[in-house]
Amino acid sequence: MRNYVLKRLGLAVVTLLVILLALFLMLELMPGSPFNDEKITQAQRAVLDAKYGLDQPVFNRFVHYIKAMLSGDFGVSYVIQKNMPISAMLEARLPVSIQIGFQAVLLGTAIGLLLGIVAALKHNSFADSLTTFISVIGVSFPSYVFALALSYFLGWKLKWFPLLYSSAAPFVSTVLPTIALSMFTIATVARFTRSEMIEVLSSEYIRLSESKGVGSARLIIVHALRNALIPIITVLAPLVVALMIGSLVIEQIFAIPGIGSLLVTAIQINDYNVIIAVSFLYSIMFIAIMLAVDILYGVIDPRIRLAKGEKHG
Amino acid sequence: MSETVLSIRNLSISFQTASGMVNAIRGVDLELRKGETVAIVGESGSGKSVTVKAIMRILSSNGQINAGSILFHYEEKGKRVTQDLLKLSQKEMRSQINGRRIAMVFQDPMTSLNPTMTIGNQIMESMIIHLKKSRAEAHERALELLHLVGICDPEKRMKCYPHQLSGGMRQRVVIAIMLACDPEVLICDEPTTALDVTIQAKILELIKTIQAKTGISVIYITHDLGVVAKVADYVTVMYAGKMIERGTVEEIFYDPRHPYTWGLLSSMPDMGSPNEKLYTIPGSPPNLLHPITGDAFAPRNVHALNIDFKLEPPMFKVTDTHYAATWLLHENAPKIEMSETLKARMDHVAKEAESEWGEKQSYELLI
Repeated sequence: MRNYVLKRLGLAVVTLLVILLALFLMLELMPGSPFNDEKITQAQRAVLDAKYGLDQPVFNRFVHYIKAMLSGDFGVSYVIQKNMPISAMLEARLPVSIQIGFQAVLLGTAIGLLLGIVAALKHNSFADSLTTFISVIGVSFPSYVFALALSYFLGWKLKWFPLLYSSAAPFVSTVLPTIALSMFTIATVARFTRSEMIEVLSSEYIRLSESKGVGSARLIIVHALRNALIPIITVLAPLVVALMIGSLVIEQIFAIPGIGSLLVTAIQINDYNVIIAVSFLYSIMFIAIMLAVDILYGVIDPRIRLAKGEKHG
Repeated sequence: MSETVLSIRNLSISFQTASGMVNAIRGVDLELRKGETVAIVGESGSGKSVTVKAIMRILSSNGQINAGSILFHYEEKGKRVTQDLLKLSQKEMRSQINGRRIAMVFQDPMTSLNPTMTIGNQIMESMIIHLKKSRAEAHERALELLHLVGICDPEKRMKCYPHQLSGGMRQRVVIAIMLACDPEVLICDEPTTALDVTIQAKILELIKTIQAKTGISVIYITHDLGVVAKVADYVTVMYAGKMIERGTVEEIFYDPRHPYTWGLLSSMPDMGSPNEKLYTIPGSPPNLLHPITGDAFAPRNVHALNIDFKLEPPMFKVTDTHYAATWLLHENAPKIEMSETLKARMDHVAKEAESEWGEKQSYELLI
């Protein structure tokens, strides 16, 4: 198992380097520069480029960037907050994004599992149809539609929750964005849980457990759910990615000072270092989640654990 | 004659399907006495499995029990209790009967064990639930059980997951799981069908040995008549959801009375007569979606009488233990005997079954 994790970590580092290079090359291809002000003359621009090292060839900048990054220096922002170190910007913004993302994953999987299990147990009932309905809605509408609907009804009409994020109420003001973000997760997890649970519940080992006299609560949680979870974990990784992408828009709508809205602003005004740092951060999170899911697989399914880890005699 | 443990009376079960109501069981009676083995034989779809699933109350949710009773006689705190299993709630059934007093071994050991739970935990589970044993006690007993079912190195196997064991080993584990709470009745639903023949013989031996040791009553479902000859005291033949003949194993093998039983026995491959063409029963079983008039077997029966197509035959008594549902046993019916070839064949098979069962003979007959 340890060898497997080390190998995967090594691969992750290589993948991140390739992603970083790709980011550099794509920025190079983007039109314009961070210094787009019409009042800036050619000479002034050359001075600025030289100051920030933008006159260097792309490969030199790449090597320089990696060297600096390894010592924790992600450069400074050119435009958004002039000469502000990016690590400081991220430090202020990352916790909010992570909080909302974490809340959304938690809420999404919890409600999704619950809906899926109920639907599977009450197969072909009203609860089952309702779950299918929620799943279809959740998968087919983008998260910003929910965001707008929620802010209109719960925020504007009923005034239950604030319309915009406020650091004075860090939980209440993240309720709406969390719900909006988690809808897709709820829908997908519910759909997968339902079909997996139906299949597992009709399997022979569940009949055998019933024959042993296992009570229904234990039957569902210990015997059925654990087996149903194996395929559900597979969809969790892409779901978290979908959630990250959704957060770009959701943070804009609710004016959340997170890294999603930072990235969107940075792309609009060519703040190179911010774009690279935030995109890179997203890549790290993505790869970390993939790795976590693969390891989680082994924890839940003994067949995978043994195939990858120690050989059994 | 020892006391009755389980008696099924007039059981009738149907399933709601997309194409309509399927009357899978149309009146089944069964009597199981202490320490005895009853074999239920019949082709696929004749309702063998549905009958025992009804006993365990693990029918799929679209199945409904229309009529009948399943009376279970057992001792509780020194008193003899009679309980209709169909009157218990599912919860009562699981906590009082399933695994505790009636246990069931399933057909395919490759799919009947939970893949994400260790063998040890699966064996210990029912003891912890029913007998309120501590984990340490249950562990001790599980080791004994694994030893009893012939698994070597039980300490190590306890930590294994099902995928690390072979099919035969898994079936032994399933048997160990089911014996954990010393049940009074063990139901074996084709326990050897999914295993290869050498393992089959060993599992059959194991069940017989355990029965001799514990005095457990066994219901054995199979479509393999070789297995029946080896394990059963009584045989019940089912066709299209009804019992059509029952008797002791000798009566069914030496003196079968229902034409369907003749057909079943004739279509059994036999090593003793190599040049013969193997007999098959013509046609296929009726569709239970439609109501059946008369004898369900009549359309496939070369000896069918006119009345067979009109009126359902009752159970005619042959001896005190032997009954068959065929109009041929009526006093006015023409005298029809089973064919000479079948007679010769039966003699041969019966002799095989009687001879001491070494590994080699059982292997031959089981093919």
